[in-house]
Amino acid sequence: MLKMNNNNTQPLEYSTEQGRMNILGFWIFIGAEIMLFGTLFASYFTLETRTGSGPAGAEIFELPPVLAETLLLLTSSFIIGLGIHAMRLGRKKAMMTFFIITLILGAAFLGFEIYEFIHYVHEGASLQTSAFTSILLTTLGTHGLHVTFGLAWGIVILIQVIKRGLTPQTANKSFIFSLYWHFLDVVWIFIFSFIYLKGMM
Amino acid sequence: MDFFERFLIPHPSPIIYASMAAIVLTTIAIIVGLTYFKKWGYLWREWLTTVDHKKIGIMYLISALLMLFRGGVDAIMMRAQTSMPENTLLDAQHYNEIFSTHGVVMIFFMAMGFIIALMNFVIPLQIGARDVAYPRLNAVSFWLYFMGAMLFNLSFVIGGSPSSGWTSYFPLAGSELSPSVGTNYYMLALQISGLGTLMTGINFIVTILKMRAPGMTLMKMPMFTWSGLITNIIIVFAFPVLTVALAMGTMDRLFGTNFFTTTDGGMDMLWANLFWVWGHPEVYILILPAFGIYSEVISTFAKRNLYGYNSMVASMVVISLLSFVVWVHHFFTMGQGAMVNSIFSITTMAIAIPTGIKIFNWLLTLWKGKIVFTVPMLYSLAFIPIFTIGGVTGVMLGMSAADYQYHNTMFLVAHFHLVIIPGVVFAMLAGLTYWWPKMFGFMLNERIGKWAFSFISIGTCVAFFPMFISGLDGQARRMYTYSESTGFGIWNMISFIGAIGLAIGFILIVYNIYYSTRYASRDVGDDPWDARSLEWATHNPVPEYNFAITPHVNSSQALWDSKKNGHTLFRDGLKEIHMPNNSGVPFVMSVFFFIFGFSFIFSMWITVIASLIGIFACMLHRSFENDHGHHISVEEIKRTESEVRGAKNE
Repeated sequence: MLKMNNNNTQPLEYSTEQGRMNILGFWIFIGAEIMLFGTLFASYFTLETRTGSGPAGAEIFELPPVLAETLLLLTSSFIIGLGIHAMRLGRKKAMMTFFIITLILGAAFLGFEIYEFIHYVHEGASLQTSAFTSILLTTLGTHGLHVTFGLAWGIVILIQVIKRGLTPQTANKSFIFSLYWHFLDVVWIFIFSFIYLKGMM
Repeated sequence: MDFFERFLIPHPSPIIYASMAAIVLTTIAIIVGLTYFKKWGYLWREWLTTVDHKKIGIMYLISALLMLFRGGVDAIMMRAQTSMPENTLLDAQHYNEIFSTHGVVMIFFMAMGFIIALMNFVIPLQIGARDVAYPRLNAVSFWLYFMGAMLFNLSFVIGGSPSSGWTSYFPLAGSELSPSVGTNYYMLALQISGLGTLMTGINFIVTILKMRAPGMTLMKMPMFTWSGLITNIIIVFAFPVLTVALAMGTMDRLFGTNFFTTTDGGMDMLWANLFWVWGHPEVYILILPAFGIYSEVISTFAKRNLYGYNSMVASMVVISLLSFVVWVHHFFTMGQGAMVNSIFSITTMAIAIPTGIKIFNWLLTLWKGKIVFTVPMLYSLAFIPIFTIGGVTGVMLGMSAADYQYHNTMFLVAHFHLVIIPGVVFAMLAGLTYWWPKMFGFMLNERIGKWAFSFISIGTCVAFFPMFISGLDGQARRMYTYSESTGFGIWNMISFIGAIGLAIGFILIVYNIYYSTRYASRDVGDDPWDARSLEWATHNPVPEYNFAITPHVNSSQALWDSKKNGHTLFRDGLKEIHMPNNSGVPFVMSVFFFIFGFSFIFSMWITVIASLIGIFACMLHRSFENDHGHHISVEEIKRTESEVRGAKNE
């Protein structure tokens, strides 16, 4: 492959060499994130039954808020996909609208998660209660922190798109942000299946 | 004054007070010196804000050498304490602190720093690139590593050092049995420098995959670059495990969670497993670049191309995969049962196969070679037999049934030092001597270098071979003293003598650097070793942009082919070169990380939050910054090139 500095056959976010490198680098970073969440899941499965004198998962999990969180996050992931599609068509307004909807859904997800955490603490399942509650809240909390960081990151990128328009740089950042957001969705699917559903069975 | 009591040392001793005085005096000396010679501006412009991979590599190198001496002093104190039965040089607590910090400093801050130093300096040159993929991120990586190292070393004089071993096993490392802040230092300092290492990993994978010179396919990369690629892939997949383990450990100690406790369902073995799931790949993160250096050095000084290039690459790939499936062998005696132990025994012994392939490849490269006995070559030649002894005793330890005899004895200590010293340290010293002229434009004195080599190689054998015997006799590791009737005295005394030999060797290396800086000839040419790969095809010292013209590559030894087989490296004309701008933000951000870590260690939550805001402000600044770098014009390149060439002809 010859190195070309400006390749017009590629989408905007892939059009510069640095842009292509950033995307590859971010994929590798996602590899590291998979290891991070993989370690948390492995620890969760190890400690799942070690509830000490605290409650087990089946006693504290509530389906409605978890289902709401799942729907919100899955929808947001779909919406940001539409946002990237709009970006590739060069439709800045549509792209920004989809990104804003994504962030609102993400914030709503976070609201439900905070409610859920408060509920757990009321049920006597705090961070210190048992090995199970420690790893449960740490795994969920790590994902939640990622979403929180994503909200801030998304706002920063939106401001840049408003100020600078769709340039190879802002398109690259938006695309990378969408990869991050999809990744958080994938992690949530694992959390939903292997923490909540498995715990409630 | 309750607030300030937390900073006191729990077990003070004259040595600690002396170090406090030394640290204060050194700091004052540095500040006064910089002010007196008016070097603050130079330091800021040329070093603290640099994004040049060569300068970052040199800063890694200086830090790693400093850490080598810090860890070395710990080692000498340990050997001195155990050199005689019932010795009272150190008390038990102090001894515990010293073996803990020796391990942490040597692995995380010396060995990791050293390999990343050489990767930083050499890999972009070897692949004909102008810098790494993310120069700014590279600076962040370095400063995080540096601040992590500084933070860890601060523990010695503020609040107390960690004392539960470099492995920091729970429940010993928990807040109940290690109430001082020492283990907090361990958790936070490693977390910060680990973040830097992870970023280095991502940076170098992308650099190697995307920035190679035209014609350099993957299978035409020099072997050191190959080892760098595989090492960084291991880094990216292993370090997140450490991140999680350290975060859990921190939370257990500071927030009262129950991950590794012995009550409320906590599981102390989870720490051991997570630590070694990272820890064993870490061993190969250190050894694979070393293998890469040996491949370069042996092929250069045997005057032959590397034997079995493909099998060298394949064996590294196999080692990297196996490295993730052997971790249980670090605790065969800790209750897994025969089935699990047997599986991990087999995977462990399997690693000897690819490693053996590499040993034979080096031997066959030497076969019928015209061997030149330079200092780098001497280290490489001594590496082969000593490393093989260390490696074969590793296979002994890998047999789980037999391991019940060796576990936690000095036999184990002898084993891992005899792989890690000839494996990693010899390679670092070989690499340092080999690439020194490229870094600094003059060669290290060969005669002093050979004396240093003799002391270090003989010292290694004298220091560690006796431990095989005392270990098989039953001397446990990490015991601060023993009674005379055990008969361990003589072996430990021999060890101490060997350790002194090693210390003399390292002092000779420092003297060599001083001597060569003053007296060595600056007229060494671009390729003083008559070497084979691209880093020797550019000037000495290397210009900011590395190569005026991007080289074309036809094989894994492009420079050799251009010298002997009429290959043309530089075909294109001069073109404008695009380079990244310097920035002070990575340094500032790492200072915030330092404050963050320090405050976290001492549970000062207001400064924790303030420094976190600082960190995010730096990220925000970077995101909004519109920095497209700068261009070096053709005239400027011509001027630089003629200056470099002119200096050489004088």
